[in-house]
Amino acid sequence: MEWEVVIGLEIHAQLATKSKIFSGASTAYGAAPNRQACAVDLGLPGVLPVLNKEAVRMAVKFGLAIDAEIAPRSVFARKNYFYPDLPKGYQISQFELPVVGIGHIDIEVDGKVKRIGVTRAHLEEDAGKSLHEDFHGQTGVDLNRAGTPLLEIVSEPDLRSAKEAVAYMKKLHELVRYIDICDGNMAEGSFRCDANVSVRPKGQEEYGTRAEVKNLNSFRFIEKAINHEVERQIDLIETGGKVVQETRLYDANKDETRSMRSKEEANDYRYFPDPDLLPLEVDEALKAAIRKTLPELPDEKRQRFIDEYNLSAYDAAILTATKELAGFYEQVVKASGADPKLCSNWVTGEFSGALNKAGIELSDSPINAEQFSGLIKRISDETVSGKIAKQVFELLWEEGGDADSIIEAKGLKQITDSGAIEAIIDQIIADNQGQVEQYRGGKTKLMGFFVGQVMKQTQGKANPGEVNKLLKPKLDG
Amino acid sequence: MSLEVEDVTKIARLARLEIKSGDVEHYASELSGILDFVDRLNAADTSAVTPMAHPLEQVQRLREDEVTETNQRELFQSIAPEVEDGLYLVPKVIE
Amino acid sequence: MHNKTITELSAGLKAGDFSSEELTNSFLQRIEEHGETLNCFVTVSGKEALEAARVADGLIAKGEGGVLTGIPMAHKDIFCTKGFKTSCGSKMLDNFISPYDATVVSRLAAAGMVSLGKLNMDEFAMGSSNETSYYGAVKNPWDTNCVPGGSSGGSAAAVAARLVPIATGTDTGGSIRQPASFCGITGLKPTYGTVSRFGMIAFASSLDQAGPMTRSAEDAALVLQAMAGFDPNDSTSLENSVPDYSAELNKELTGLKIGLPKEFFEEGLDNEVAKAVEAAVEEYRKLGAEVKEISLPNMDLSVPAYYVVAPAECSANLSRFDGVRYGYRCENPENLEDLYSRSRGEGFGAEVKRRIMIGAYALSAGYYDAYYLKAQQVRKLISEDFKKAFEEVDLIMGPTAPSTAFGIGEKTDDPLSMYLSDIFTIGVNLAGIPAMSIPAGFVKSKPVGLQLIGNYFSEGRLLNAAHRYQQVTEWHKGVPAEFE
Repeated sequence: MEWEVVIGLEIHAQLATKSKIFSGASTAYGAAPNRQACAVDLGLPGVLPVLNKEAVRMAVKFGLAIDAEIAPRSVFARKNYFYPDLPKGYQISQFELPVVGIGHIDIEVDGKVKRIGVTRAHLEEDAGKSLHEDFHGQTGVDLNRAGTPLLEIVSEPDLRSAKEAVAYMKKLHELVRYIDICDGNMAEGSFRCDANVSVRPKGQEEYGTRAEVKNLNSFRFIEKAINHEVERQIDLIETGGKVVQETRLYDANKDETRSMRSKEEANDYRYFPDPDLLPLEVDEALKAAIRKTLPELPDEKRQRFIDEYNLSAYDAAILTATKELAGFYEQVVKASGADPKLCSNWVTGEFSGALNKAGIELSDSPINAEQFSGLIKRISDETVSGKIAKQVFELLWEEGGDADSIIEAKGLKQITDSGAIEAIIDQIIADNQGQVEQYRGGKTKLMGFFVGQVMKQTQGKANPGEVNKLLKPKLDG
Repeated sequence: MSLEVEDVTKIARLARLEIKSGDVEHYASELSGILDFVDRLNAADTSAVTPMAHPLEQVQRLREDEVTETNQRELFQSIAPEVEDGLYLVPKVIE
Repeated sequence: MHNKTITELSAGLKAGDFSSEELTNSFLQRIEEHGETLNCFVTVSGKEALEAARVADGLIAKGEGGVLTGIPMAHKDIFCTKGFKTSCGSKMLDNFISPYDATVVSRLAAAGMVSLGKLNMDEFAMGSSNETSYYGAVKNPWDTNCVPGGSSGGSAAAVAARLVPIATGTDTGGSIRQPASFCGITGLKPTYGTVSRFGMIAFASSLDQAGPMTRSAEDAALVLQAMAGFDPNDSTSLENSVPDYSAELNKELTGLKIGLPKEFFEEGLDNEVAKAVEAAVEEYRKLGAEVKEISLPNMDLSVPAYYVVAPAECSANLSRFDGVRYGYRCENPENLEDLYSRSRGEGFGAEVKRRIMIGAYALSAGYYDAYYLKAQQVRKLISEDFKKAFEEVDLIMGPTAPSTAFGIGEKTDDPLSMYLSDIFTIGVNLAGIPAMSIPAGFVKSKPVGLQLIGNYFSEGRLLNAAHRYQQVTEWHKGVPAEFE
């Protein structure tokens, strides 16, 4: 039988606020246990939540970016369950009336664009962390993360493969960073994903029973985990079994999903409106003000790069992968005045390569856009050849300074003076009569040998075009 | 609305309340009595009534995004039943 | 000294007739003498009180004190007090030393009041007789075989017996007014949102409101003045500026329109209590008020609606008591489940467990609409009833409770009959409007309370009506014989 895979993703993006969603405690990552858990985060008796304005703005900003309905009135609810990392015994979340309603995201898989529905996005508080290392057979609870604002983004079950799921997740990951609402750091848990996975015979309308796979915290895992889960479900059905609705945990070490028995019992979360919080109102004025803060979005930017700079879709995609790289590129184009395509080659080539090799972010680059433009200018006006430019780049990267001074100091300027090149060519022809004979006898491939000799003599500084132009008539006699 | 012993056991479990087995029946009858009383609500025609979750017809006030809290872990943990290395300890959680 | 009003005490302090330290000592002396009989204090903090009194004396000497500076008081043990046990009347919090102060506590301290300690109450404010307290029943000073009412029973008893000049209380379904009625004192539940709930251990968040419990309306106005006001830590705190509650105390009542809801005077109301209330209303007629009958047609649904809304909210509010970060933890838990269910099963008393279970049930899958949503709709109907009534009248009056104080143990086996003792007070909480109870006579030597209900933000008018009545009557001046 042919199976169709149905996937819906729930993505939790930690909002990049300074303080928590309902308290004034810091959200900074990495503090010693419980040093950033204040009275409100700990759920001390008598404490009350007060909503962080910035968290609301960020949620609305996201909603506007995915063209979603923004609820003029949304409500916070209590989701009741007991767990040691949940201090109050309930999580403040949004249930019936989320702040962000239906929206969409376009993904591209195998050259085809597909629109994925976003059901909703709502604000909620994060839980703390349980540490299962051995404390005399006990579990340790750190509540620093408790109360960190989360935006839970729920997709429609529109994804049909693990590949699409990854594309969707990457797209969202890019978006939340573009609009500055989440740092996207998956290793620190700032961007997490749960997947609802089911299979159904192709052509069947009704959905199959789904399993929720938790703990998908890297792009690599999500694809593997979903594929694994799909395989498990198909095997199960094909061998006469039945998929049960349950929560499964992905174990990256074993590359398998396993049932979370502790969560198996039917949860009854008893949601109801949180009486400590009043309805959240987002009026047109606030929406308009937030809309003004929206940057150019990735899709718009990509299209503009293609139109404005005449770039291929591929290059545009690489350059716009992050807002920072796109900005760097545009600065280089502007400052160098060079061909945008040349700039693109150098930014995606040497520059990105050097960042990768060094394992650093653009923000930590030793070369700024101005310095880099200085080099591009000299490539563009043929002061240096491409090959020499790579040397200059390396020096620039390692020692700093500016391209012109390096070229000057190291004498790397391209020789374009035809008299000087001609003299060198004459000398080489005189010194290599044997090869000249062979060339003239029909072995024209030796042209490369002569060019090489010229380059060797000039330490690569001769303008290759000029060399070719002068060398050929002389060899041809 | 009458609650059976199993209902009480289920709710007690949901609310994480240990009820001694000898007391379950007593609770079942008491809670049933309260729920019977509460069922008087059904006498009201509420078909066109918006539920009122809150007495104030106001909207949520928002806080500036500022860090205003400082570390008070030692004070807070001085009243905790069991802590170690700054962590609250609970019996091993099995996932 | 113990029979003086705040105004009188404050004048005495300013004139140097006595110091705050002397005043504090004299009340501590009375607590020492009678506290145990009444069982109204959970904690007495004499040493700290005397320190605070000396600070107050310093301020008064420099002429910097306000009207409350140096006046002793005590808090219901529901308010978090930094460095002191805050038990909420529960075994669950018997070991809980609060690491912070409630806003009410810091406001009254900032006003210079001297806290003598923490007052007994029904466990987590769930009760109408103060019998659900882990620390045992509080006794009514007018008849120590009777309950003081609840849940602010310790506060009411302490003020009635003149062990403190004033106390704080909280009112979720009548917990200030009903004990005020039973103990013959003045109690005010303000409009929801007037007094910050921050640091006040939550029972039912959309109903809870703190207020003063005093011997007179005049004192209540002064204390409310200091308690009320916007608090950024409470999202439900009103941003309105606080009016001068004492400004209109003496205003004439001529033309004041009083409504008597016919539903308050039907079956269930004790005949003698009804007579006392009618006599009080007659007094208002003499003061120039116009009295008419009104109707609150959904009144009979207020108790059933309350016993869905309050338990639902409390079932979540009390989930934080899990034996992990503070409070009671059971011995040798076998596993996490055991830790939770035994800590909570052993730490909470029967009434608290009943309400948590009712609430969990009302919110659970399949019952939410039938119970919780239905109750919220009825809540709206009740609120609308009040709204309509206030289009016709300025104030609503009636009995605070259907009877005077009942005997200790009389209703403990029958939760429903206990719940019904709040039948006249609960509607006010559902609507969020302010109301008072003031002494209006005695039946068989036990006090009767007259309830005054006002529209939103009408505290000034309520206090005015209560004060005028207290100018022409002596009921509020009565002191139980044993405690004179």
